[in-house]
Amino acid sequence: MAVHSTVERENRPGSLPAGKPYGRLAGIGVLLLVVVAAFFYLGGWFSPNRLTQARFVDGFEKAYGDYPGFRRNHAKGVCVTGYFESNGKGLQVSKAVLFQPGRVPVIGRFSLGSSLPYVPDAPGIPRGLGIDYKMSDGEEWRTTMINLPVFPFKDPQAFYDNMMASALDPVTHQPDPKKQAAFLASHPEAAHALGVFKSHEPSSGFDNTTFYGLTAFIFTNGEGKATPVRWTLVPEQPYVAASAAPAGDTNYLFRGVVASILQHPVRWHLMLTLAQPGDPTNNSTAEWPAGREQVDVGTLTLNGVEAEEGSPTRVVNFDPLVLPAGISPSDDPLLSARSGVYSESFTRRAGEKAAPSAITPADIRK
Amino acid sequence: MTSEQKQFAGSIRFFHWLAGAIVLAMLCIGVAMIASLADYHWLISLHRPLGILLLIIVAVRLANRLWHGGPEFPITMSDQEKFMARSSEVLLYVLLFVMPLVGWGMLSAARFPIAMFGSVHLFPILPHNVMLYAILRKTHTYLGYLLFFAFVAHFGAVLFHSVILRDGLFNRMAPWRER
Repeated sequence: MAVHSTVERENRPGSLPAGKPYGRLAGIGVLLLVVVAAFFYLGGWFSPNRLTQARFVDGFEKAYGDYPGFRRNHAKGVCVTGYFESNGKGLQVSKAVLFQPGRVPVIGRFSLGSSLPYVPDAPGIPRGLGIDYKMSDGEEWRTTMINLPVFPFKDPQAFYDNMMASALDPVTHQPDPKKQAAFLASHPEAAHALGVFKSHEPSSGFDNTTFYGLTAFIFTNGEGKATPVRWTLVPEQPYVAASAAPAGDTNYLFRGVVASILQHPVRWHLMLTLAQPGDPTNNSTAEWPAGREQVDVGTLTLNGVEAEEGSPTRVVNFDPLVLPAGISPSDDPLLSARSGVYSESFTRRAGEKAAPSAITPADIRK
Repeated sequence: MTSEQKQFAGSIRFFHWLAGAIVLAMLCIGVAMIASLADYHWLISLHRPLGILLLIIVAVRLANRLWHGGPEFPITMSDQEKFMARSSEVLLYVLLFVMPLVGWGMLSAARFPIAMFGSVHLFPILPHNVMLYAILRKTHTYLGYLLFFAFVAHFGAVLFHSVILRDGLFNRMAPWRER
């Protein structure tokens, strides 16, 4: 009690005590500066070369141009709606509510793997499909797939380096072939994926495309058993080899899938591929050996299609780490990076006013 | 409370140090996660539920603070200093309420699932509007820096009182019991 009062009595309110405590004042200043510096260090302020979410999205804008309001990648797209009908077999590997027998609504988006929102459709451009499964308990599973059977980039740095190597020249609007060759020479996994892609003749349209999830996720069933899984959407629509893009129709792939869905529902089977011990889970560029057990867990039906304008799907961030209980991320370094970069891209475009999309509401009504 | 009281009530001190530790952790997680591709996911998976926990703790803490009141300021403090101290306490309380609400609100406006743990997730508290999301997302960052600098000022003021004035101010909120 009252231990401190003798000292304070000497002090007038608001004045420094006698004895010129400048050393101690300086000490406080240094300590506070250290605290502030540590905080900014954590925020990457002193690591100008670290690949962060913001620098990654800057990379897209630098390499391919800035298109406000559009997704920084897979910029061109149409939105779809439908449902997933589970047959219950998925419960063997995951306790996710989605796999209980029955139907859940989905929204989705077909896209081309390019940052250019008006890129002319062509068979060789990677095709994307994002599907958001909306479960009865309010959980969601947001998935992203492309039509490449193997991913070209093993980590975010490789993806970024490829982006820089394929940056469009501001004058010619073409990438520099020398830089691209150098990238492939130093990234054998990317050269391998390119080879696989070239040996697979793409299909004629979005609706008969097989879409690959590529990255492994850990599925956990009701007994707590964890299995690494990759999934594929296999179309019911029969495969027809792609022909060259028709002259003068820059949107023929999108028009095709719009017309197809307006005529009749289109369907895919969700196939889970179950890993065996030793199959890599941290490398989307490494295929799993052929003959792994596959489980057909249900049918995806898309029966509605809409232009991005006015579609709630336009503003969905297909973050691959929006997962239901029963599915969790693997140790693949792409996952956390994609989640972070998608979030940054989403934040930027959410605050921007977008020009009209390539596929307009008028294209859907036709 | 009586004027003889030297310290805040034990429950007030408990909530102060508990919330303080969580706030510091949240600030560090927040600033680190937006600048790390590798650590983003586990950090934000922690950031969301911890933010909601903080909101609950701060609500209980404020009720407790209003219920108990506090001790007198040291006599070394001028009226202006007392005013500064009171307003900084109010500012910190406001920020501690607003930060988690803006975080919750921005995810609501984006209709992004507000996952807590397992299959547990929160309901949205704002209409679906991505422009609103964009504004709140920026607000969340700016308020985060403001909160950090408010913390630095708070820490600096306590150091000043403890090391320079040596007026026993720290003992009012010391985690141990002063006799």
